[in-house]
Amino acid sequence: MATRVGVITFPGSLDDRDAQRAVRIAGAEPVALWHGSHDLEGVDALILPGGFSYGDYLRCGAIASLSPIMTEVVAAANSGMPVLGICNGFQMLTEAHLLEGGLIRNDHGSFICRDQVLRVENTDTSWTRDFEAGENITIPLKNGEGGFIASDETLDRLEGEGRVVFRYVDVNPNGSLRDIAGISNERGNVVGLMPHPEHAVEPGFGPDTDVAMRSGVDGLAFFTSVIERTLASV
Amino acid sequence: MTTTPSTPTVPVLDTVENAAATPEKEQPYAALGLKPDEYQSIRDILGRRPTSGELAMYSVMWSEHCSYKSSKNYLRQFGQKVSPAMKKNLMVGMGENAGVVDVGEGWAVTFKIESHNHPSYIEPFQGAATGVGGIVRDIISMGARPVAVMDALRFGAIDHPDTARVVHGVVSGISFYGNCLGLPNIGGETWFDSVYQANPLVNALAVGVLRHEDLHLANARGVGNKVVLFGARTGGDGIGGASILASDTFAEGGPTKRPAVQVGDPFAEKVLIECCLELYRGELVEGIQDLGAAGISCATSELASNGDGGMHITLDNVLLRDPSLNAEEILMSESQERMMAVVHPDKLEGFLAVTSKWDVETSVLGEVTDTGRLIIEWQGGVIVDVDPRTVAVDGPVYDRPVAYPTWIDALQADSASALPRSSDGPALRAQLLQLMGSANLADASWITSQYDKYVLGNTALSYPDDAGMVRVDEESGLGFSVATDANGRYCQLDPRQGARLALAEAYRNVAASGAVPVAISDCLNFGSPENPEVMWQFSEAVTGLADGCLELEIPVTGGNVSFYNQTGDVPIHPTPVVAVLGVIDDVARRIPSGWQDEGHNIYLLGTTREELDGSAWADVVHGHLGGLPPQVDLAGEKRLGELLRAAAVEGLIDSAHDLSDGGLGVALSESVLRFGLGARVWLGDIIERDGIDAATALFSESAGRVIVTVPREDDVKFRGLCDGRDYPVLRIGVTDAELGALEVQDAFSVSIDELRTTNRAPLADAFGPVVGY
Repeated sequence: MATRVGVITFPGSLDDRDAQRAVRIAGAEPVALWHGSHDLEGVDALILPGGFSYGDYLRCGAIASLSPIMTEVVAAANSGMPVLGICNGFQMLTEAHLLEGGLIRNDHGSFICRDQVLRVENTDTSWTRDFEAGENITIPLKNGEGGFIASDETLDRLEGEGRVVFRYVDVNPNGSLRDIAGISNERGNVVGLMPHPEHAVEPGFGPDTDVAMRSGVDGLAFFTSVIERTLASV
Repeated sequence: MTTTPSTPTVPVLDTVENAAATPEKEQPYAALGLKPDEYQSIRDILGRRPTSGELAMYSVMWSEHCSYKSSKNYLRQFGQKVSPAMKKNLMVGMGENAGVVDVGEGWAVTFKIESHNHPSYIEPFQGAATGVGGIVRDIISMGARPVAVMDALRFGAIDHPDTARVVHGVVSGISFYGNCLGLPNIGGETWFDSVYQANPLVNALAVGVLRHEDLHLANARGVGNKVVLFGARTGGDGIGGASILASDTFAEGGPTKRPAVQVGDPFAEKVLIECCLELYRGELVEGIQDLGAAGISCATSELASNGDGGMHITLDNVLLRDPSLNAEEILMSESQERMMAVVHPDKLEGFLAVTSKWDVETSVLGEVTDTGRLIIEWQGGVIVDVDPRTVAVDGPVYDRPVAYPTWIDALQADSASALPRSSDGPALRAQLLQLMGSANLADASWITSQYDKYVLGNTALSYPDDAGMVRVDEESGLGFSVATDANGRYCQLDPRQGARLALAEAYRNVAASGAVPVAISDCLNFGSPENPEVMWQFSEAVTGLADGCLELEIPVTGGNVSFYNQTGDVPIHPTPVVAVLGVIDDVARRIPSGWQDEGHNIYLLGTTREELDGSAWADVVHGHLGGLPPQVDLAGEKRLGELLRAAAVEGLIDSAHDLSDGGLGVALSESVLRFGLGARVWLGDIIERDGIDAATALFSESAGRVIVTVPREDDVKFRGLCDGRDYPVLRIGVTDAELGALEVQDAFSVSIDELRTTNRAPLADAFGPVVGY
């Protein structure tokens, strides 16, 4: 049976259907979940997609982190289910205290959309095992509030425990401390990042590469990694 | 003089009864933007004075912005100059919220471009944001899912102190609203010219896709069907936006018009989109209309006019953001993110279940009748009782005076051919860099990097390619392509020819992307229609455009007119922005605007004439505007389009870039910059064949030209294709990965780094750095 990956739609979610497509392209079955429900429908893994849930009112991800389904998301994450938060989903995970730190307005003050190079620093998480350690990947970044912040102590701990999963390379696009683009929880099943792997999974619709226009598919390994992870745990 | 102590008066509700009883009451029609004779017509229609509510409705609906009273006589040409071929794929033409075109495989595409100019000068952020919101609601109301936006922008001089205020506001407004809606921004255009200093243009375009069976129209049919208002609450923003703001010129020192600007909430609109799509899927809606200009006045009168002719509503049922609003304000408010639906009584419960799922507030205002009257009650009295067609359809129509501009002969006589031209390599190099470093040809990434181009995962082409392209069907790869163009300088020299050139360029851009052009939407931006010379420009431009569409055999499916783009007596250059929609069988065959492969041959399609009048070269190098714009051969453009398509289908070309502003020199530079791969080019053959000099070869803006690259193995086939279609073709160069430069043989060489640095400087210097540049 194919791995079933739930993608939760909140009011204002934007990249939910893109995350579903990415799951499908990777060979798993996407399951559309609604924020107002308390039912995870027996999925094997969860994605909190990008967007502007609740219009980013109050703080990005703050209201969504209190949605009904988040009770089940927190319980599932604590019991080891793989959870990926992309952009607004990352913001929700920090608001829900599943991940540490927080995301603030980009240091330059504007929304920025660009093809971003990241270094994969930890391949032991549920979402990164199909990468090579230290590998550089290019995936789209698009956000207005992507500056990662945490106390020095937290940053030291995250780095010391290998929980900085992705770092920005060449350009830090939003003022994130220590160039941090994505982190994980202690167990490595919960990962959040600002860039969008689901927009680099299909030739023709991803970032430009040296070989051909829009042919970048570096994001696909996120989704194949979780399939392996869930199959391995059966 | 003594004053008598005033006794508190209870305001009398201005009902129809009251209006009939008090015919002499003074009414503030002039302050609402109505002329004395228009006010008299309203009295004649009603056989009494209008109530204050009716006056509010007529004033906004008879405004230039809503009624097209000065342009109607001319716009008829778009409906008259049509051939059967133009109607073949047209599902919905002009007059509805947006046109709809059959693109095959059971899919349809709807698109429209609309202006939000005046609000964007007063309050750039909200003005531009709500411009996006408004056009997207037009697309939703056709039953479509919005899938892309674009914008055509005109600002004042890049170095003017006020320009940065407008640019920052407009760009962040579009970015804020479009990104938050989850719609990719796939392109557009930006110009800077002092003629737009106090009249910037913000033309927003949206595209939606739908299955044929999902088409919805704005009409209120079925007596007893419920009239439902849903979405955001009605507030005091945008009151009179259409009449006192969009239908008037700006005067120095006048009162601030900021309260007439609407305020947008993209989150509310995003939820509204998903809510509407779920309502359509559940077949819960009979007719639907978005609320934009003129708010409830427009939605009720238009829905009733297009349906069974009558409607009876109770205005007290409108959910208010501000409970102190009076009836006139509620009727005129342009609060955003609202829709009005006509719902069968049996389906009302299902309808309310969907709106409640999405937390969208909903209220039933009344129902459809067949009385031929639009009746509105408020606080127990009837405050509106009108024939809706007199409000929405049969408004005033003006045959405004038209005058040939006194200045135009002298302008046309002042040709750029008298300007000095150099054939000296270093001078040509310097001029090319001057062009590449000018505001209008500069890299626009400062703007486009603030827009999400990836969301929805179907963007096949976007800035800086010639057209934006989006996949419609994930299985087949079916997609559409859109480009917008307008050159105000050409239109100032000759509005008829300028409009045809805008059409030709947008058509060529779509063809260069590999798609077949199928439909047009236009946004006609002009000065005051009360100026006879502006009306002449308008008349010329519309005629040129309508004739051009007939020649190309593609229909105009909708758009809008924006008059009064002038400050004091000085109108903007006529700026008819033309958006062309194309269809492509499989987006996998799209063509980018630059080359990525080494050793491919570069071909120039088309002939170069000495056409430097109105050019970017004349502007940037000499500060000159005069003469006559380039010739247009639309039959030739059509052949060129067919040639490009055939070449794309056979996989013979791997890049295509249209030649327009800045000519061949700029096109080559842009193609080099697209993927950072150099080229060696020679001008000798062009100079010899076309009998021109080197500067003309590099900078002339002759229409009907495209550069393409062809892999060596396809050379013979490609030339055969051109010869077979009798289109002029010359091999002018070869791509070169080692060179790191654009080298024009026997003239000059410019490194890619220098081209890039020069090209990126203008916007970064004026507005701030771009991340990673």
